[in-house]
Amino acid sequence: MSQFQDIIAYFEDSGLAESIRENDTLFPSIESVHVIAICLVVGSILVLDLRLLGLASIHRPVSRLAGAILPVTWSAFAIAATSGFLLFISNATKYLENGYFVAKICLICAAGVNMLIFHGISARDLSQWEKEPRPPLRARLAGAVSILLWIAVVACGRWIGFTMQVL
Amino acid sequence: MEAALTAFSKWLSATSLSHAIQTAGWIIPTLQTIHILCVAIVFSSAVLVDLRLFQLFERDEPLREVARRFLPAIWPVLLVLLATGGLLIIGEPRRSLVNPTFYLKMTLLLVAILLTAGLQRSIASAPVAWEKDRSRRMAGKALATVSILVWCGILFAGRWIAYTQAG
Repeated sequence: MSQFQDIIAYFEDSGLAESIRENDTLFPSIESVHVIAICLVVGSILVLDLRLLGLASIHRPVSRLAGAILPVTWSAFAIAATSGFLLFISNATKYLENGYFVAKICLICAAGVNMLIFHGISARDLSQWEKEPRPPLRARLAGAVSILLWIAVVACGRWIGFTMQVL
Repeated sequence: MEAALTAFSKWLSATSLSHAIQTAGWIIPTLQTIHILCVAIVFSSAVLVDLRLFQLFERDEPLREVARRFLPAIWPVLLVLLATGGLLIIGEPRRSLVNPTFYLKMTLLLVAILLTAGLQRSIASAPVAWEKDRSRRMAGKALATVSILVWCGILFAGRWIAYTQAG
């Protein structure tokens, strides 16, 4: 545990973290990039989730749509994670004390687990049903869970702003 | 003009609706969460079609089909954005109505609406030209660049409203 605290302290005490903390325009600018990236992550994942639910893009085979949309999602996620990390280290200790921040990280991990379960188990026989307008229940479930988790991620993100008193 | 807006903001914040929004602590973060989720949908829809114009997304499907799948969703969601945005203004009038960043956001939004509506109509009426005609393809890429920049500008300005409000 203390090793974890050492790592956190290392980043929080770094010159980079200090400039984000002290500079008036740096934090809001990184935050804006973070919001743009998150919007693209959530919006693009929603496209795939709605396909899995059989509610949109129903004429597109699931693997084709996934192949087209996931590079967009992952690129945006990389930007969201990087900008999020920069915001985090500017006040790491306070963020870790914030329940909504911890919840947000856990929910993102849960969304990752949901994705792994889908790709590893539920979509093993993808080729057999991917052209059907309405995928099987396990795929629809994965889509529904994903939508709910990402809504919760955004809600927690917004609530962090109302429960952190740093600026 | 500014005096009139200040007076209007003062009147608005004294209304019972404004009072209700201000006093229940959960209303503003909830409205903001819905607002951001809707921004995610509108932003991603526009950007995905822009990426298609760059031949970076769903290349194996005609542009007309991609536009038909993503662009129509923008308009009803935009109404939800106007509703949640309107309620947020009623809750905290001074935060936006006497804030230049808010007017920048609205100006950019107007440009984005005209751009997107124009693109949607044009692709629907001349789908082949957008794919085959060389100069039209170039124009499409230029338009896509402007569109992405304007939408990012809207999100940037949206986040900066919080940092530029009058004290």
